[in-house]
Amino acid sequence: MLPELGHFALILALLLAGLQAFFGLAAPALGRDRWLAAVMPATAGQAVMVATAFACLVASFVRFDFSVAYVAQNSNSALPLIYRIAAVWGAHEGSLLLWIVLLACWTIAVAFGVSRLPPRFGARVLGVLGLVSFGFLLFTLATSNPFLRLDPAAPDGRDLNPLLQDPALALHPPLLYTGYVGFAVAFAFAIAAMLEGRLDQAWARWTRPWTLAAWAFLSIGIALGSWWAYYELGWGGYWFWDPVENASFMPWLVGTALIHSLAATEKRGLFKSWTLLLAIVAFSLSLLGTFLVRSGVLVSVHSFAADPARGVFILAFLVIMIGGALALYAWRAPLLKSNAGFEFASRESFLLFNNILLVIAAATVFGGTMAPLISDAAGLGTLSVGPQYFNPTFLLPMLPLVALVAIAVHSNWKRGRLPERKRPVIVSGLVGLAIALALVLGYYGGRPGLALVSLALGAWLVLSSLVDPVDRLRRGLSLPRAIIGMTLAHVALGVFVIAVTTVETYTAEEDIALAQGETAHVGGYDFRFEGVASIDGPNYDGVHGMVQVSRNGQPVVTLHPEKRRYLVQQSVMTEAGIATQAGRDLFVALGEDLGAGRWSLRIQIRPLINYVWLAVALMALGGFLAASDRRYRSARAPATEPGEAGQGSTA
Amino acid sequence: MTPRRRRLILVLGILAGVAIAGTLALQAFRENVMFFFDPSQVAQGEAPEGERFRLGGMVEKGSVVRAPGSLQVQFIVTDFQRSVPVHYSGVLPDLFREGQGVVAHGRLGTDGVFNADEVLAKHDEKYMPPEVKRSLKPPATPAAAPQG
Repeated sequence: MLPELGHFALILALLLAGLQAFFGLAAPALGRDRWLAAVMPATAGQAVMVATAFACLVASFVRFDFSVAYVAQNSNSALPLIYRIAAVWGAHEGSLLLWIVLLACWTIAVAFGVSRLPPRFGARVLGVLGLVSFGFLLFTLATSNPFLRLDPAAPDGRDLNPLLQDPALALHPPLLYTGYVGFAVAFAFAIAAMLEGRLDQAWARWTRPWTLAAWAFLSIGIALGSWWAYYELGWGGYWFWDPVENASFMPWLVGTALIHSLAATEKRGLFKSWTLLLAIVAFSLSLLGTFLVRSGVLVSVHSFAADPARGVFILAFLVIMIGGALALYAWRAPLLKSNAGFEFASRESFLLFNNILLVIAAATVFGGTMAPLISDAAGLGTLSVGPQYFNPTFLLPMLPLVALVAIAVHSNWKRGRLPERKRPVIVSGLVGLAIALALVLGYYGGRPGLALVSLALGAWLVLSSLVDPVDRLRRGLSLPRAIIGMTLAHVALGVFVIAVTTVETYTAEEDIALAQGETAHVGGYDFRFEGVASIDGPNYDGVHGMVQVSRNGQPVVTLHPEKRRYLVQQSVMTEAGIATQAGRDLFVALGEDLGAGRWSLRIQIRPLINYVWLAVALMALGGFLAASDRRYRSARAPATEPGEAGQGSTA
Repeated sequence: MTPRRRRLILVLGILAGVAIAGTLALQAFRENVMFFFDPSQVAQGEAPEGERFRLGGMVEKGSVVRAPGSLQVQFIVTDFQRSVPVHYSGVLPDLFREGQGVVAHGRLGTDGVFNADEVLAKHDEKYMPPEVKRSLKPPATPAAAPQG
């Protein structure tokens, strides 16, 4: 019964999403204000139906209903409860449903905030969100229905992909999707502004907190995925420039540009059409990311499903959504001129350069990600693009960006009075350089070069960002959350640069064959292999190795890297043994039995690697803090809608 | 400087920056892109000598030879018409198995042996790298997904 109920709820949700889109968009366009009253009920109804459908699918998983094809393919009677719930979004169909649920959550949140907006504008925002939801519901029902029955029912399920049986990966898709979908809100605001033909500073103030929150969620989602890849894929490394990672990274880069250009639009009424374009592109890349990953187009570990029949629908959906938005942009954006001027070294110029560098970075990632697809489709040969391309081309715009931020945090709006603020910039730069020199030459020993440059830049950014807020605190001035959030995110970027540079430069690693009782010396630590013992899990068996780690004869920790064999799919998984010690990760992965009593082991020592994820978490926290700033909460719409006058031209 | 002149310099500066970034990216792209070849193409001499490329196919059954207790391993990659011997030293991925698809990164030696520095086998049993699937020649029936 439950699957049918869920299916039915999805169909009702589709109808209600259609109504939400129709009334939300048609009422303002045709001037029928009485229709506006229908938008809210349709929105609420759609959300209830979507939630019902999702609850039905979760219940089918929890109750082991193997008569549902999707459950039978992704669950098993031995699967623990938490992974049965996570299995809901473990493959294509369920993750689409998760996308729709999260869109409904954002839509409801927007609907609560809509009372502050002019009614027609609010209706348009909800209408656009309804349209997006309609497209996804149609796609799900037409090609990817998770409620299809299996007749006869399977006696048992084929189990969730063992790679996904992990707490971090249970949370990774929901958080990542919350970020992706959050950009739909910025997108809806952008479309609504273009339909209105008006974009003022109030618009930017409404849009900013949503965009910040979406960006923060996306940051956490990406960090969680990277952390998972580090310890679950089993071979160390936290970023592989895998197409799937890039698919989530591109909207992040453009989203970062968007939150900065929104700042200029809000404060100075500048970059209006550019901000709109970024909002459209950020959401388009989110859509592209969702579909690229789940359609099986990409050659990647994430492509569980490969069904080209869905491709046509996806392509049509992308063309309509993105093409429609861009066409509207081409038509309406020229109406939205920015008319304020600014001087060369003003904050506006720095934000402009920030945007250029971020967009260049996103473009190089896009090029490297799409080139294999394009080359393949055009019959130019099968090629692959790896870190050898991405690392240098990504660093090229990013290192200047870090320097730019370190200077820009001291700039003023409108006026280029940087020379007055020279001192803190130069002093923090010199101190940063000294710290980097001390680290490279003293602590880590030798090998300066690019590492020195980027460590110095990172330290400079941390110090430079802290100068102003600390100064304000000392003078007894209050710090609004927006400033705290911004400072936190910029400091975190500096920490991130330092951490990544350190990991990339000073990691010690070795693949080695060891017999019981033999010792490997890696990076100043001794790894003594004590042999293997068998283990027995709920839905797997296998062996775990025992590796005694010591330093200068002092025992440090015992690591237990595992080799698991999941019984249903008969697949072998490596679970690395990891311990954090004095800011370093000691990492041991168990390879295979080489015969003659020896096992292959991969041993790595990665300094500061935890700070990579910690820094991203801090960035996200900064985003959330800034999004919760008081002035967004109190920003009510004036009784009369704001006119064209008073835009940006006030000094 | 008039504002107009300043804006011109700004725009030119941005254009120059974008142009430099684009050129460097293309350069990096051309130098670092890796092409894929199957054993038949290697046999016909299509693969570049001394350059890194990706070799893909099936691991021939019974071809994996390992010196006991050592990380050195040899195996043969085949597309069921031609085959290429591969030498590798290191930890093999979990899903590396005889009769399964594999992609190796490395260089072809003058002795016809492919020296791999990286061996990839995908983390999903149902999944076959599309380029490997396509490279397999007629007598092949790609191993079907095991029914659970």
